[in-house]
Amino acid sequence: MNWNWSVIYEYMPRLIDGVWVTLELVFLSGLLGLILAVPLALMRASHNRWLRMLPFGYIFFFRGTPLLVQIFLIYYGASQFDAIKESALWPILKEPYWCAIIAFTLNTAAYTAELIRGAIQAIPKGELEAADAFGMSRPMKIRRIVLPRAFGIVLPAYGNELILMLKSSSLASTITLLDITGAARTIIARTYTPLEIFFAAGMLYLLITAIMIGCFRLIEHRLNRYQHYKVPTEPGR
Amino acid sequence: MDLLGFGDLLLSGTWVTIKLALTSLVFGLAFGLIGASAKLSSFWPARMLATAYTTLVRGIPELLLVLTIYFGGSMMLMAVAEKFGYTEYIEISAFAAGVAALSIAFGAYSTEVFRGAIQAIPKGQWESAQALGMTRGKTFFRIILPQVWRLALPGLGNLFQVLLKDTALVSVVGLNDLMRQAYVATGSTKQPFTFYMAAAIIYLGLTVLATLTTTWLERAADPAARGARA
Repeated sequence: MNWNWSVIYEYMPRLIDGVWVTLELVFLSGLLGLILAVPLALMRASHNRWLRMLPFGYIFFFRGTPLLVQIFLIYYGASQFDAIKESALWPILKEPYWCAIIAFTLNTAAYTAELIRGAIQAIPKGELEAADAFGMSRPMKIRRIVLPRAFGIVLPAYGNELILMLKSSSLASTITLLDITGAARTIIARTYTPLEIFFAAGMLYLLITAIMIGCFRLIEHRLNRYQHYKVPTEPGR
Repeated sequence: MDLLGFGDLLLSGTWVTIKLALTSLVFGLAFGLIGASAKLSSFWPARMLATAYTTLVRGIPELLLVLTIYFGGSMMLMAVAEKFGYTEYIEISAFAAGVAALSIAFGAYSTEVFRGAIQAIPKGQWESAQALGMTRGKTFFRIILPQVWRLALPGLGNLFQVLLKDTALVSVVGLNDLMRQAYVATGSTKQPFTFYMAAAIIYLGLTVLATLTTTWLERAADPAARGARA
């Protein structure tokens, strides 16, 4: 076995193209998942028992089954029903790209909703009572106190979730998408140098992970800046 | 379970999935314990190696790991075998590649769980064991490890859930697991939704079973909880 650096160099542009697809998948479904997760989390944290039970089945299903099954269920499964094939949704559901986005969004929303629920329940009671004392209405309390506080608390865990999403996004290659893993597989089919190309792909994932961790540290520092606040001490006082 | 005559096929796949998950769990736990001991070792090359292992494996997708070991593993093995004068073709089975990839991944995550658990045990216990004349090795196996089990269980339970779901990835390299058999059934019946849904429900059953087992083990490992029940 001889290690072939030149094949990595030669095919790097193709892998970099894959990086953009991967990032697109992660950020688009991450964003949509977050938008979906917030109302779900508020329902899960609600005091109404029925409201709390409603998203349970959805979250239970998406957290308890492999993502690969979810992707295939949407991509291949949708074609079983003529009603879907004839509907206006079909142009979207026949595209592997959108199927991947839908599957990732639903998957990450289920995990994120539970994370946010945990964060909402971790907000100190006194802060909510203080909001009540100020006469805030429920919607205002949620908008001004509950959600901003929950985001600060959830951020480290959400960073981990996004990194898991990045790794899960490699499953998009199973439905023909050319993300990093997909690009690597097509290159290997031609060159038959699996070790070199998968090594290069792995390094790209590591690099993206490292950058994401760095970004989250910055956002975390900014969002939780009250924790680092020092009362300015004036000289001569 | 009939499912258009494919019920038995799905069940046989479920059995393969269970075997894959449990085999990987055993090797993964071993990797995790070795990794944690290396991370806490006073010998710096061991610490560095363990850190490289966890950083590397936790940063790359499990699917990529499965593909690398399945397609690249036989090349690596053949290169090693050639050094010993063996020149025949070596092929890695999908099951072996799956066990290798999943246990390496599980090992990397459980290294951190074990490390946390070991560090959570008060230093005084090491010191009192030393005062009793126990060697470090004896202290580890008799005093620390039995307690690590209780502290690490919740974390390990979560990791096993992840492992169970990741077994589906090995179907990509052709292992006849539950996911693969659902795919096969889909091919001849043209009913993808039915079979992937059936597979999803079986996976759901397995994860629920794993959760129940973990809860039971946690109770059994915690003397305080046991006392409360009696």
